[in-house]
Amino acid sequence: MKRWLGVLVALMLVAAACGGSEEAAVSTSDCGPGDTDGDLSFYNWAEYIDPDLIDAFEAEYGISVEYTEYESNEEMLAQVEAGAAVYDLVVPSDYMVDTMIQEDLLVKLNKDAIPNLGNLDDAFTNLPFDEAGDFSVPYQWGTTGIGVNVGAIGEGFDPSWALLFDADVADQYQGRISLLDDPLEAMVAALHYAGYTLEEVIADNNLDAIAEAEAILAEANARVAKYDSVNFGDDLVTGEVDIAHGWSGGFFASFAEADNADELVYIIPKEGGVRWVDNMAIPVTAEHPCSASTMINFILDAENGATLTNWNYYGSPNEASEAFILPEILEDEAIYPSGDALENLEFIPQVGELGLELQDAFTRSKS
Amino acid sequence: MTTRTTSLDRALAANTWFVYAFFYLPILVLVVFSFNASTRVGIWRGFSTRWYGEVLRNPEVLDALKNSLIVAALSTVAATVIGTAAALAIDRYRFRGRRGLDGILYLPIIIPDVTMAVMMLLFFARAFALIDAAGPRFQLGIGSITLSHIAFNISFVAVVVRARLGQLDGSLEEAARDLYANSWQTFRRVTLPLILPGVLGGALLALTLSLDDVVVTAFVSGPGSTTLPVYVFGLVRRGVSPAINAISTIMLVASIGLVALSLVFQRGPKASRNTEMIKETT
Amino acid sequence: MTSEQRTAALIAEPGLEAAATAADRKRGLLLALPAYVYLLLFFVLPFLIVFVYSFATRSATGATRLSDWNLLAYQKLFDSLVVQIVWRSFWIASLTTIICLVMAYPFAYYIATRRPAVRNVLLVLVMIPFWSNFLIRTYAWRFILGTDGPIATLTDALGMEPVRLLFTNAAVMIGLVYGFLPFMVLPLYAAIERLDWSLVEAARDLYASGWSAFRKVTLPLTRSGIIAGSLLVFVPSFGAYVTPAILGGSKDLLLGSYIVTQFQQARNWPFGSALSIVVMVFMLAALMIRARTGAEEV
Repeated sequence: MKRWLGVLVALMLVAAACGGSEEAAVSTSDCGPGDTDGDLSFYNWAEYIDPDLIDAFEAEYGISVEYTEYESNEEMLAQVEAGAAVYDLVVPSDYMVDTMIQEDLLVKLNKDAIPNLGNLDDAFTNLPFDEAGDFSVPYQWGTTGIGVNVGAIGEGFDPSWALLFDADVADQYQGRISLLDDPLEAMVAALHYAGYTLEEVIADNNLDAIAEAEAILAEANARVAKYDSVNFGDDLVTGEVDIAHGWSGGFFASFAEADNADELVYIIPKEGGVRWVDNMAIPVTAEHPCSASTMINFILDAENGATLTNWNYYGSPNEASEAFILPEILEDEAIYPSGDALENLEFIPQVGELGLELQDAFTRSKS
Repeated sequence: MTTRTTSLDRALAANTWFVYAFFYLPILVLVVFSFNASTRVGIWRGFSTRWYGEVLRNPEVLDALKNSLIVAALSTVAATVIGTAAALAIDRYRFRGRRGLDGILYLPIIIPDVTMAVMMLLFFARAFALIDAAGPRFQLGIGSITLSHIAFNISFVAVVVRARLGQLDGSLEEAARDLYANSWQTFRRVTLPLILPGVLGGALLALTLSLDDVVVTAFVSGPGSTTLPVYVFGLVRRGVSPAINAISTIMLVASIGLVALSLVFQRGPKASRNTEMIKETT
Repeated sequence: MTSEQRTAALIAEPGLEAAATAADRKRGLLLALPAYVYLLLFFVLPFLIVFVYSFATRSATGATRLSDWNLLAYQKLFDSLVVQIVWRSFWIASLTTIICLVMAYPFAYYIATRRPAVRNVLLVLVMIPFWSNFLIRTYAWRFILGTDGPIATLTDALGMEPVRLLFTNAAVMIGLVYGFLPFMVLPLYAAIERLDWSLVEAARDLYASGWSAFRKVTLPLTRSGIIAGSLLVFVPSFGAYVTPAILGGSKDLLLGSYIVTQFQQARNWPFGSALSIVVMVFMLAALMIRARTGAEEV
C-alpha cells in the first residue's frame, strides 16, 4: 500500500513538473506572403469548405492539405490542448478564440504574411474576442435560429423562440422538434426567450436566470425528439423533425438539396439570438505556420471567399467577395440580416466560471 | 416423451425462430435496401448497385479502409505473439508475478471502452508532452491507435489461447520432452500445432475487435488517421444514407467471410472454433 | 495442470526437482515478460494517470491544471444529476441483461438439445451476428426505426399512424439487446451443453413436475453460464456510448456518453477521470463477484 502511494506521489510530481512547461516556440514572423513550410494540417468544422478550394490551394502552392473535421469547438480544443495532435490551422468560434488566447494556445499572426487582410469588412476587424485581430482572422459568420417546415406546421406562425419553448405553441409539435446538442446555444436560446442575454447574465452572475432557462429547457425536453448539432438541416428535410434549432448555413445547405425546398424556411427569432463568427487561427503546436498563414491569405482572397459562401451558405466577412457572391445569397435577410434583426443578436461571450453551471444546467434539463 | 414436453418443445422452437428472426431481419433489411436505386433510403425505386460504385470510388472511404487494415494487421500480429506467450506462461509455468499478470490480463476485457479511451488519451497526452520536452515530435495517429489496440487485444488472445491450453492433455508434451529433450523443439513440433486453433482463433478475435473499435480509436486518432469504423460512425451521426447501407453491407460480408475462415480452422468437433469462443466467454 | 503433474513426477527425484523448477520459473517469466511490460506501460500506467488527473484542477476556461490537487471531482459525483445518470445507466443495463437472459436461455437450451449436426449449423448462425461489426448492427436499427426507414414507409403505405421509437430509451434498449445478445447466448449454450443429463432425468423422476426439476437442478447447474453471460451483457451496456449516440438522440444521458461529454463538451477532465475511475471500480466489483461465484467452473 505504501509503495503504491509513493508511486502515486511521484507520478503527481512528474505530471506537475511537465505540465505548463509548454513553450510557444512557433512563430509566423519569418513567414512571407505565399510562403509554405510543408504540408498543411487543417482542422475545420464538418462540411465547412468547398473541396474544390482545397484542390485549388494544393495546385497553386504545390503542397498537400491534410483536412480533418470536428463537430464542436470543445472537441477541437480537446485535441489541440492535449498537445498530442498537430494541427497547423484551426477554426474556433468567437468565445473559443477568447479561451484559446487566455490559455496561450494560439500563435500571434504575422499580418505582413496575410496581405488580403485588407479585404475584410470593417465590421469584422474589431471583434470583442480578439480586438486587434492579433490571433485570429474571421472565416465565416452566421446566426443561430430556427428552421421550420412550413408544409407541416402551416404559414401563420410567430417567428419566435416560442416555437420551441411556449407550451401553447410547441405542444402541437410534440416529438417533432430538435435542439442543438450544445449547452451554450441551448441555454442562450432559452435565456433570450425569457428576456435575458447571456452577456447580462454573466455580468450579474445571475444564477436565477440560469435556473429559469434550465426550467424552460427541462419543460421542452418532453417535446424534443433529439438533440443534434450536425443533422438539424437534413432532419428537417427528411421530415424526422418539423422544427429545428440550428445554424443558418447548415439549414441552407440542406435546403439547397431538398425536393421540398419551397416549404422550408429559416428564421431568426424576434427575441434575438446568437450571432457568431468562426475564425482561422494557428495553434502553438503547429508545425507549418507559414503554410497556415498562406492558407489564411488564400481564403481571404475575394473570389475564394465568395466560393466558400456560395458553397456553405454562411455569411462572408470578406467585403471584396461580395462582387462574386450569388445575389440571391447576398440579398437573403436570413443569411445577411440587417437593421433590428442584427441588433438583437449577441456573440456568445467567454463564460468563465459560469461554464460548468451552464453545462450542468443543460445536462439536467435533458435528463 | 409426454405431450407436455412436446408443447414445451414447440414453445422453445418458436422462441428460437423468433430470436433468429431478431438477429437476421435487421441485417437483411439493411442489405436489401443497400441495393435501392433511390436517394431516399426508405423508398424502394428499383435495384441498383450505384451506391457501391459511389462508396468504392470515395477516396475518404478508401483511406479509412487502408488505415483500418494497417492498424488491424499490426495490432493482431503483435497481440497474438504477446498474448500467446502470456497464456503459455500462465498455464504452464509457476513464476513470480504470475497471479498479478493473471489479474491484469482480465482488466482490459472488463472495462468499458469509454474508460479505456479516456486512459489512452490522457496517457498519450502526457507521454507526448514528455517526449516533446526531450526533442522529437510525436503525435496521435496510426501509431497511437495501434498501440491502444494491442493493449486490449493481448488480453483477448491470451484468454482464448488459455482456453485451448486448458483442454490439452499434457502427456503429449511430456512424451515429446523425453523424445526431443530440447524445449524449443517440443514447443514447435508439439505444443504449437496443438494450440494452433486457439492461437488462430485468438488472432481472429483480435482482428475483429480491432476492426470494430470506434470509441478508443476516436479518442486517440489524429489528423489523417481516421479508421473505417470511426469514419462510418461520423457518417451515421449525420443520419441515414444509402451510401452507409452499402458500406455496411460490404463490412457485413467481410465479417461473414471471417466466420467462414474460422470454420476452416476447426479441427474435429471438440476443438471447434465455436467451442473456443464459448470457452473464452465463460 | 501439466506442471503439477510434472512436479508430481519429479518429486520422486528431489534433486532434479529444484533445478527443474528454477528453469521453469525463468522460462515462464521470460514468456510472460512482453505482456507484463506492455500492459504495465499501456494499461496500468494510463490508469494511474487517469487516477492522478481525477485530483487535478479545472481552470475557469476549462484547462486542466496539474497542481492544487483536490477532491472536487469526487464531490461532484454526489450531485443529484450524476447520481441520476448512474442510476439510469444501471437500470437500463440491468433491464437489457434481463431481457437478454429471458430471450437467450430457452434459445440456448433449444440449440444445445438438438442433434450434433443440427446444433453446429444453428451455432454458426449465432456466430455470424456475433462476429458482425457492432456499429453496423446498431446502425441497422437507426435505419429501420427512422422516419425515412422501412417501418415508417410501411405504416405510411398502410395509412397507419407512425410509431415513433427512434431517440427513446426503448430504442436504446433494443439496440443494446441486439448488440449484446450473442454474448449471452454463447456462455449459456456452453453451460447447458455441459449439463449432465442423467442428473436432470433423475430430478424429473424425483420432483415429478418439470418446472421444479428445472428450478432445482438445471438452473443451478447452468449458473456459471448465467453469471458469465449476464456480466458480458451488463458491463458493456453500463458503459455504452455508441448505441445511445446513434439511437438515443442525446436525450436521457447515460454514463458512457456523460464521460465522453466531460472530455469533448464540458471540458472537465478531472471529473471525467473521476467518473472513469468509478466505472472501473464497478467493473472490478463485478469481476470479484464472478470470481467468487463462478471460479470453480473456469
